Amino acid sequence: MTAPGGEPMVLAEAVCKRFGRLEVLKGIDLRVERGAVMCVIGPSGSGKSTFLRCINHLEQINSGRLYVDGELVGYRQRGDKLYELRESEIAKQRIDVGMVFQHFNLFPHMTVLGNLLEAPLKVRREPKKEATDRARDLLDRVGLADKAAAYPRQLSGGQQQRVAIARALAMRPKLMLFDEPTSALDPELVGEVLDVMRGLADTGMTMVVVTHEMGFAREVGDQLVFMDGGVVVEAGKPRDVLANPQQERTRSFLSKVL
Amino acid sequence: MTTTSREAPAGASPEEITAVPVRHPGRWVGVAVLAVLVAMLFNGVVNNDAYHWDTVGKYVFDQRLTAAALVTLELTVIAMFVGVLLGVILAVMRLSPNPILSGAAWVYLWVFRGTPVYTQLVFWGLISVLYPRLGLGIPFGPEFFSFQTQNVITFFVAAAIGLALNESAYMAEIVRAGITSVDTGQNEAAAALGMTRNHIMRRIVLPQAMRVIIPPTGNELISMLKTTSLVVAIPLTSELYSKSREIALALFQPVPLLICATIWYLAITSVLMVGQYYVERYYARGSSRALPPTPLEKLRMRLRGLRPPPAGGPDAVPGARGPGGWTGTPGTTEDGR
Repeated sequence: MTAPGGEPMVLAEAVCKRFGRLEVLKGIDLRVERGAVMCVIGPSGSGKSTFLRCINHLEQINSGRLYVDGELVGYRQRGDKLYELRESEIAKQRIDVGMVFQHFNLFPHMTVLGNLLEAPLKVRREPKKEATDRARDLLDRVGLADKAAAYPRQLSGGQQQRVAIARALAMRPKLMLFDEPTSALDPELVGEVLDVMRGLADTGMTMVVVTHEMGFAREVGDQLVFMDGGVVVEAGKPRDVLANPQQERTRSFLSKVL
Repeated sequence: MTTTSREAPAGASPEEITAVPVRHPGRWVGVAVLAVLVAMLFNGVVNNDAYHWDTVGKYVFDQRLTAAALVTLELTVIAMFVGVLLGVILAVMRLSPNPILSGAAWVYLWVFRGTPVYTQLVFWGLISVLYPRLGLGIPFGPEFFSFQTQNVITFFVAAAIGLALNESAYMAEIVRAGITSVDTGQNEAAAALGMTRNHIMRRIVLPQAMRVIIPPTGNELISMLKTTSLVVAIPLTSELYSKSREIALALFQPVPLLICATIWYLAITSVLMVGQYYVERYYARGSSRALPPTPLEKLRMRLRGLRPPPAGGPDAVPGARGPGGWTGTPGTTEDGR
């Protein structure tokens, strides 16, 4: 999957994030290669979701450097000085990064199709015909072609999350972030969302997935990262980390969840 | 072991339950008591000559009163429209991270909520005394054009401005409550799609906030209808209350004309309430699985003795079609594309 030698899609160098006095990220160094799927696991409060939110600047980092596709996130560097980006420039950066949330966050006042069309029409300013065709195609790919006219609350949780994935893909992102996409779902609905994500990974999409689904991480992930206490404790091939963890903390976490 | 399937053959749905509904004898007693009370009240009002019902009948459609009702309605609608518009702007300003904007909005609210509307109206009535001429030009520089204040700011305009500015301060708080009631996840999801703050407010947050904003706004609208009777402070006397007082004084019969005015206020309020109901219904789309029935639909259901269908309906059944279109078979329901 990984393209050796190429520029990584995501590059984090000593990323730190504080909320007031609370240090949530204490120096994260990670790289996600193009086309790779990185799964991030760890106990709650370990900073994995915060790290994900930093990647598209929903949170501002306090120190370190974070690059997406070679571009500094949220800042512009001239010489050794950093300049904050304007709101519109940050919005432009986010176009290329899709995000899927634990609680779906679909727009409840719009139909499913409206959810998929809002950003392509109003942000990317695509022609209506083209955007609609793509949106219907995406709905078909997530298996919800017949739900285009439904409102989000008329759908099950699994269907809503699949719509949310399609909505993010409608912006043609080069990177997809998943923040515990199956944690709010009934167990029987988890599979349908993971199927869609697996299909997406097969198309070569670069993905960073914060998850508790160890099976998914093992089968689909190219890289598994275990975070705890704001640091990366262990990273490597999913099979190696899951079967043969090197660190005591990883071992005790896995023994509880597996 | 198979006793349960004795009556119903396999596959058929079991017989529908027809039970005797719970009786409510208390309700009938309540109806009787209420009927007696209403009859007494009705008798006391209709057979009391002091009400001068003949005068009420003569004047309720008097051309002067209908014209005054129209002025009241115009004033209400204009002041409310401007008030809502300014209120939205003020609410967005107050929630802005820009301290100058939020500070300015705060001061505006402090002044206009902190003083009686009657006082404000008197002030607007005196505007042409304070500023006899108004003009547009470069500050402390040349003037492009100017006009006599009293020619442009008539009593009606002054009343509309006074009511609108006061209203906007209250509307700002209502809109702010609506905006803050929208889940922050909506903001994040929209931001993650590359939308700017402006776009998010206009297309994502405000439409959802409307559900919280509309009921108190309906309150404000009806309250505004009645507050228009205060514009006598300007003094604007062509609206409903002043006009009915004027006729009453000429007739030496205050009560019947008060009743005429009351009838008109109630009539306008009723129309506004119906309007509110349908606006609320419009913004409820997507918020529950089925739209609430209109009063007409409710009435029809009552008459037929039907219960409303369970929320959701057949569309709400999850898992109508599994995923897998991605890697495997294309959709079966996608026809002709």
